[in-house]
Amino acid sequence: MKKHPLLRRFMKRKASVLGAVILLLFFFTALFGPLLCTQDPYQQDVTQIHKGPSAEHWFGTDYLGRDTLTRLIYGARVSLALSFSGVLSGSLIGIILGVCAGYFGKWVDTLISRLIDIMLAFPSLLLAMTIVAILGNGLFNTAVAIAVFSIPSVARMVRGVVIGLRDSQYISACKVMGEDNARIIATHIIPNAISQIIVNITLNLGTAILTASSLSFLGLGVQPPNPEWGAMLSKARDVLRYNPSEALFPGIAITLVVMSFSLVGDGLRDALDPKLKNVS
Amino acid sequence: MAKTLLSIRDLKVYYPVKRGFLSLQKQYVKAVDGVSFDVYEGEAFGIVGESGCGKSTTGHTIVGLLQPYSGEIRFEGEVISDKKRTADQAVKSQIIFQEPYTSLDPRFTVGNLIAEPLKVNTKLTKAQITEKVKQLMKDVGLNETQITKYPHEFSGGQRQRIGVARALALEPKLIVCDEPVSALDVSIQAQILNLMQELQRKYNLTYVFISHNLSVVYHLCDRIAVMYLGNVVEISTKRELFDHPAHPYTQALLNAIPVPDPDRVMNPTVLSGDVPSPLNPPSGCCFHTRCPYATDECRASKPALREIGEGHLAACHYCEKLQKG
Repeated sequence: MKKHPLLRRFMKRKASVLGAVILLLFFFTALFGPLLCTQDPYQQDVTQIHKGPSAEHWFGTDYLGRDTLTRLIYGARVSLALSFSGVLSGSLIGIILGVCAGYFGKWVDTLISRLIDIMLAFPSLLLAMTIVAILGNGLFNTAVAIAVFSIPSVARMVRGVVIGLRDSQYISACKVMGEDNARIIATHIIPNAISQIIVNITLNLGTAILTASSLSFLGLGVQPPNPEWGAMLSKARDVLRYNPSEALFPGIAITLVVMSFSLVGDGLRDALDPKLKNVS
Repeated sequence: MAKTLLSIRDLKVYYPVKRGFLSLQKQYVKAVDGVSFDVYEGEAFGIVGESGCGKSTTGHTIVGLLQPYSGEIRFEGEVISDKKRTADQAVKSQIIFQEPYTSLDPRFTVGNLIAEPLKVNTKLTKAQITEKVKQLMKDVGLNETQITKYPHEFSGGQRQRIGVARALALEPKLIVCDEPVSALDVSIQAQILNLMQELQRKYNLTYVFISHNLSVVYHLCDRIAVMYLGNVVEISTKRELFDHPAHPYTQALLNAIPVPDPDRVMNPTVLSGDVPSPLNPPSGCCFHTRCPYATDECRASKPALREIGEGHLAACHYCEKLQKG
């Protein structure tokens, strides 16, 4: 079977392929894992609290004797869904803002750029915390916080790329040929910026997982008893000294996902660069 | 006498400059400062001048990429400079850019690049467009098997051929060529120039050919305008201009062309000094700061472009005295 050229170029980077495989594993775990689990993530067992890995509980148990592996699997759902919905919706808004600012320039640019500056002036975690504090806890509000948090970086990046593209001669050429702004943006600006946008989104996804975890860690994100990696880490911190494995597994999960998103982002950037096409 | 296709009267293109945050006074870079000329149907009209003299700005204004500050551009008698031009008006004048590396969208295949103007401006079916694209590729000397390739897979000369095909696609009457060969190797330059001459005959095209290379302009153009600091200083037929240059700037330019003869001593009259800033152009004649013949009159009053011979215009108070030949 003939492979798609994009896929073929992506396959050349072994590290990115590894990242993609890990991510796919996590996705499948998030989607189907709960069907395979034999234990209940909410089932407490006070005789089994803070236990290390064993045959019965592969990854050990937490402070209420709940199975860590089961909670990690259920938590993958929460973490991935949170970061995806948050980053994608935030990026969409960011792309629209960035394209408008970069392409139209003048007062549109000034207005949007100052808005981004204001958002960037807040430390991003503080911004997310403020939003959750205003809107209240909960899954949806955490997603909103992540969305708002990813708007400025995407908008600024897109604006920069679009400014570079707007003044290029092939855009001038399009104008002379009578293309209107909407068509130029849709067929020339976005396709030429898309590789950088995708890379930025993948990298943001990693950061978003960290943000979601940080919020939960601070007790502002997903609320107990819902399983979430950051919240699990937070609780495990108390017993780090005599049951380190309780913090180890959520930590590994977070690290793996964030790292994989970065690797896939790098791979995509290389694969999407048309100048590298047909280079063997 | 041939029909006038393009007529430019007192065209001014200014770029506003910001001077500090609180400054209310607006300043302008006077890139094109009162240019007038006519281009006749079917001719190749050359615009020469050094970098920054406003020749490209003039070209970009003709195709509507820039808006004039004042003045008038008429195309086939219709004023096209004072409002947004209609699609019909826009497609009649096209442009070939200087850089074949940046004027093609790297994400489009050659076929799509050439088809794009057709998709936007015509109601042809897909098959008709493909047919037309193949015809255009043949016209400009590209192999139609290359239709699915990307611009970066081509050499500079081939890319410029793609640019020519794109400009031709809408069957324009006028093509502004903005230094189309200056980014190419000399051997390729000749090929592209010959191609352009061939296409001009085939499609009865009118060219406005912008270049800083006098020999290229001499090869291709019928009439030539010489620009200096946003002004046209001399317009004439090619023969007359090269044999009897009237303006001291034109004379200096022609003097600077190297002659391939080892025994010939180069004429030592080389212009000294730099081109003044178009932000603050000199009073009177724009050339007086560097002109070896400048007088008080030159510093005080700006010479108008006036006829000094059959179809020969020059902007100099003393051009009758200075004209060579």
